[in-house]
Amino acid sequence: MSSSGHVLPQGRILRYAFRERLTHWIAAGSYTYLMLTGLAFWSPWCFWLAFILGGGQVSRMLHPWVGLIFTVAILKMYSMWAAQMRSTAADKSWWGSIGHYIRNEDEKMPAAGRYNPGQKLLFWGFLSCGILLFLTGIILWIPEYIPWNLRFLRYVAVLIHPAAALLTIALFLVHVYMSVFAERGAFGSIVRGDVSLAFAKRYHPAWYEEITGQTAPPKK
Amino acid sequence: MSQATLRVQKISGHSGSVPGQDAQREFTVCKLIDTTTCIGCKACEVACMEWNDLPFGETVFDNTYQTMPETRWNYWNLILFNEHEKEDGSLMWLMRKNQCMHCAEPGCLAACPADGAIVQYTNGIVDFQQANCIGCGYCITGCPFDIPKMNPKTNRVFKCTLCSDRVSEGLEPACIKSCPTGCLHFGSKDDMKDLAEKRAKQLREHYNFPQAGVYDPAGVGGTGVVYVLHDATKPELYGGLPADPHVPWSVKLWKGPLKWLGNVAMVGGLIGLCVHYLRYGPKDRDDERVDSEGGKS
Repeated sequence: MSSSGHVLPQGRILRYAFRERLTHWIAAGSYTYLMLTGLAFWSPWCFWLAFILGGGQVSRMLHPWVGLIFTVAILKMYSMWAAQMRSTAADKSWWGSIGHYIRNEDEKMPAAGRYNPGQKLLFWGFLSCGILLFLTGIILWIPEYIPWNLRFLRYVAVLIHPAAALLTIALFLVHVYMSVFAERGAFGSIVRGDVSLAFAKRYHPAWYEEITGQTAPPKK
Repeated sequence: MSQATLRVQKISGHSGSVPGQDAQREFTVCKLIDTTTCIGCKACEVACMEWNDLPFGETVFDNTYQTMPETRWNYWNLILFNEHEKEDGSLMWLMRKNQCMHCAEPGCLAACPADGAIVQYTNGIVDFQQANCIGCGYCITGCPFDIPKMNPKTNRVFKCTLCSDRVSEGLEPACIKSCPTGCLHFGSKDDMKDLAEKRAKQLREHYNFPQAGVYDPAGVGGTGVVYVLHDATKPELYGGLPADPHVPWSVKLWKGPLKWLGNVAMVGGLIGLCVHYLRYGPKDRDDERVDSEGGKS
């Protein structure tokens, strides 16, 4: 089974295999916890989030451990998706027509593959910020063990960790908006795994051709 | 340690105003440490442990007159020892009683995310409230003096309270009371600065210490602990006392511009997405939905 998808007997396309869905939801669940507890540590206005999540001490204790789960999940994503997330020559013209995409004129967009360039940006953005968050998070986990003459590590970490987190929040907001509200069918695809042919054709035409070209057309 | 009779003028991780701010006329208190008359007897170390009921811990002998390498979560007051060789070959034993400096602009408090875990009273004392501490250790990063220390068992941070419990009852801190040479003084900041400057002048004019001076660093808004040093141009000689301490610039950047930029961006982003949905809605029109069962191709 190719991880890039195939047509199912019932006339839909399998977009996400089980391990892809599972990995996504481990990342999504851990990220949501990290974002909420992180926001609690970020601003007094959000500190109440720590209370509803078990208290400040518990949030502080669990945040790093959940961070490890998130790190493993995005590394798994890297191993599954990195090849498909490589930027192609067509991506540049896609970004050039981003105005059409924003105005929901998807028929005027250059044909996207399994992932459109926006999704690729999401992937690489989350991966690179995730690695930064992991590295700086290790320092923030155990600040009392960072020797005084290496304190610049702490100074760097307290700045990079929230900055990278803010970037992921920007990506997260757009990602959730696109997949839950804008592209109907996307949320179902990451839960049940499949999309309709029409969905694939509209949002990922190049991928649709690739998949249906390899497989017999579905019987209606 | 919460002091009911002391009012609070700054609170860590706090949204909204602070109850004691501009509410009371009060002296800023200050501890004066004259390093030139300290004999390193460590009575202040013992007094600190006694008054604060700190558990006894092992000392570390390193062939000097220093009790241990640095302060601990349960050892807040430590005399740092340095054998300094002067240019003429003669030796000086430099003793500096190290503890929390009670900065007017505390980096620990600025960095702390937990509501009420660090407070600054109107008398200037910076106090940790362990009940509210979440154990993140940001105060350790915010402090330019390496003072806050984590209790590894409870994950809560401790440091010198300037005996806020004693001060709230009109007493001087325990260390002051124990000093046999009179090198420790306690009073209002103005009085202590005046006394310190007089002593420094005496050292310069009568004791052949032309560089003698007072350590009250402006980078942290001045401190609630001031030192008289034989050589104020080289504070590093005194157990690494920083010459120009300030809250790390990255902490200032994080708690200042980055915070506002981030909050505006997050709220703006949320509003932007809502407006986009109102203006454009979902990508497929309701009469030609692409997520229907089977999917027409």
